[in-house]
Amino acid sequence: MASASWIRAEPWGIHVVPADCWIDPARPVARALVTHGHADHARSGHGETLATPETLAIMALRYGTGEGVRPAHYGETLPLGGGVRATWLPAGHVLGSAQILLEHAGERVIVTGDFKRRPDPTCAPFLVTSCDVLITEATFGLPVFRHPPVEEEVGKLLAALAANPDRCALVGAYALGKAQRVIAELRRAGHGGTVWLHGALERMCRLYEELGVALGDLRLVSDAKKDELRGAAILCPPSALSDRWSRRLPDPVTAMASGWMRVRQRARQRGVELPLIISDHADWQELTQTIEEVNPAETWVTHGREEALLRWCQLHQRQARALALVGYEDEDD
Amino acid sequence: MRAFSALLDALVYTTSRNAKLRLIVDYLRAAPDPHRGWALAALTGALDFPAVKPATIRNLLTERVDPVLYALSRDYVGDTAETASLLWPQPDGPREPEPSLDETVQALSRMTRMSVMSELPRLLDRLDANGGFALIKLATGAMRIGISARLAKLAFAQAFDVAVEDVEEYWHGQEPPYTALFAWAAHGGEPPSAEHVPLFRPFMLAHPLEDAEVDLTDYAAEWKWDGIRVQLVHAGGETRLYSRSGDNISHTFLEVAAALSFPAVLDGELLVRGAHQGGEQGGAASFNALQQRLGRKTVSKAMLADYPAFVRLYDVLILDGEDLRELPWHLRRERLEALMERLDPARFDLSALISADNFEHLAAIQEGARDDAIEGVMLKRRDSPYVAGRRTGLWYKWKRDPLLVDCVLMYAQRGSGKRSSFYSDFTFGCWDGDPGQGAELLPVGKAYFGFTDEELKWLDRHVRNHTVNRFGPVRETDKSLVFEVAFDSVHESRRHKSGLAMRFPRISRIRADKPAHEADRIESLRALVRD
Repeated sequence: MASASWIRAEPWGIHVVPADCWIDPARPVARALVTHGHADHARSGHGETLATPETLAIMALRYGTGEGVRPAHYGETLPLGGGVRATWLPAGHVLGSAQILLEHAGERVIVTGDFKRRPDPTCAPFLVTSCDVLITEATFGLPVFRHPPVEEEVGKLLAALAANPDRCALVGAYALGKAQRVIAELRRAGHGGTVWLHGALERMCRLYEELGVALGDLRLVSDAKKDELRGAAILCPPSALSDRWSRRLPDPVTAMASGWMRVRQRARQRGVELPLIISDHADWQELTQTIEEVNPAETWVTHGREEALLRWCQLHQRQARALALVGYEDEDD
Repeated sequence: MRAFSALLDALVYTTSRNAKLRLIVDYLRAAPDPHRGWALAALTGALDFPAVKPATIRNLLTERVDPVLYALSRDYVGDTAETASLLWPQPDGPREPEPSLDETVQALSRMTRMSVMSELPRLLDRLDANGGFALIKLATGAMRIGISARLAKLAFAQAFDVAVEDVEEYWHGQEPPYTALFAWAAHGGEPPSAEHVPLFRPFMLAHPLEDAEVDLTDYAAEWKWDGIRVQLVHAGGETRLYSRSGDNISHTFLEVAAALSFPAVLDGELLVRGAHQGGEQGGAASFNALQQRLGRKTVSKAMLADYPAFVRLYDVLILDGEDLRELPWHLRRERLEALMERLDPARFDLSALISADNFEHLAAIQEGARDDAIEGVMLKRRDSPYVAGRRTGLWYKWKRDPLLVDCVLMYAQRGSGKRSSFYSDFTFGCWDGDPGQGAELLPVGKAYFGFTDEELKWLDRHVRNHTVNRFGPVRETDKSLVFEVAFDSVHESRRHKSGLAMRFPRISRIRADKPAHEADRIESLRALVRD
């Protein structure tokens, strides 16, 4: 029976007690281990921040500071003090995203952060690693969430573009990860034309390219003549879909790339005409498959729809419990 | 089934009426018979498969999925059909070929309470999640995708380039999959005949009078009653009651339907007995009382006793097999007056004509009618035939001037479709006392039209610049802007905290010049309640 009593879950983060450091804390701390660059996991103001070089680059872009950072490459093990060692392993969520393996007193604990199991041309794939305690997310922790193959969803977008040569397709996509993945998948499906961007997506796309993820021809909507946008694919943050900004576009087909699009009512609430079920989180099948493959003695569930995942663990005779963490958001995936 | 489930899916995500219409038109042109007939029946709620109940779906699922996981999923998704289609276990190995819509409908209609538990799963196994969703929606008859019968008929007419009045007329005698209807419209055959079926005939409608005046030697005047316009049809031993949209509402007003027992088509206003609306001739209650009975599938005895319904007759279209629609109005009126003695006075009365010396006299009578909760006056050309729809110059409706009240903008919500980037739905309130003494605003209504596109832009900017709070798509404003709100009537209601609700409210003027504390109080609005 795993105890891992040296790991404490507080409402604002996971505390690694012997090393006195925190994983993805929601408030400033002396030392933070950060799994990935999304704002609800990577906050500014820590004394020292340990993360992958890509995540640190993303944080530097967003918060403008590079002080007190310590890069950790995938597979690299860093001693944290207090007899704790930490290893960053790819999580397949977004560029630079990591699971963090913690070892102390003969026990192995993995914090997955956010993850997915499907191939993604913009980041390294999830690495299955054995451990005693698996601390997993459960954003899409309901059996109704089955993300279809990404090719099908990108196919829907391309079909909508072809069917509406006088309109444009406006795709709401989260600025970090989702936007770049949608562009990369469009390229993989053979879409060679310009992809137009809302200004809020530009810097992150450029950073991805600097870090070696090729995204093809990208231009800003603000630089376009109106007729250039007919028949074009345009990406914007989800919040801009129904904002005044979109009024300048030629009769957009409103699309959104998100795992939540699986549920019709969620898509309708957003006023989405073309729901694209593209998620950077594990769906139900990936979550349960991961627990089975990692096969931990105990599973702790951090955030999302943990009730159903706990029920699944119970049905499969697995020890599990929910951690009450605050501050993680899942609305825009 | 694939084309049908794709249609359903597209309709779910489409908010604009025109875009929905286009989707149905395209489908009806492309899909073959009899599949498109079944689809049309499904969209208009004309199919019923009594063996399949929502509980059937739940039982099928909880045999296959852990009941706790099912319940959590159902709570989250909020729709049984969608939950079931997403949770349905994928069969091992390749799927059998997908059933066609016709095959699906035939299979569903053969199912019994006993066989459904084994046969419905076999169909579900052959479908993907979208197909499963369409199948369950079809089987349980709960489409809820905002397609009215009227829209479906319009789509049918557009798809095959025939007149929508003809579609309305021929539609009602037909049963799904409407073989005769498609044979006529899509394949150039003879129109369907249905002499012995109680068919709906499209209503004759009126234009607003606006500022025009008419000569009362050419036009007859009668009251415009505030109920539901209905058509009573008796044919082949059956009586049906149709609403303005052509929906059969006989089951809600069985006592009225039962009271007509000879072949006829009558046009009138459905009302409920009460003290308002023409008290001297028996009297009808306000529209609010009638609403107590609308939309109910079953009507209790108490409801029948408390809200007895009757029809105030305007016109006769067909009588004893004779089509009177080509006759001038004054001759139809004579026939109508003569047939009143054949009708039960408890269920029918005659809408009286207003005798006025001239137009000014009529205007004075109309103005004085405010207290009777009558909607206004109808003006009918004495020589007008009964024709479907609105024909210029024949009938006019002359509504009373609306009631007006000054309210303060409290909340604004984003619109949908073309208006999705605009705050265009406005909730407004009145003061519950003296604003100088710390009174508060209470919401009294909500309106989303009455303003021009230019005014909408201005209002949108005002909302964005005066937001004090956000609740999802709703913004609370600083309550500084006054609207003059026009409405037809106001009645008691529990919908708003003020205890009042308006009928047909619209923004009449934006009073940016008026300070908010000068807006009206709840008590002035309450004084306008008439029931």
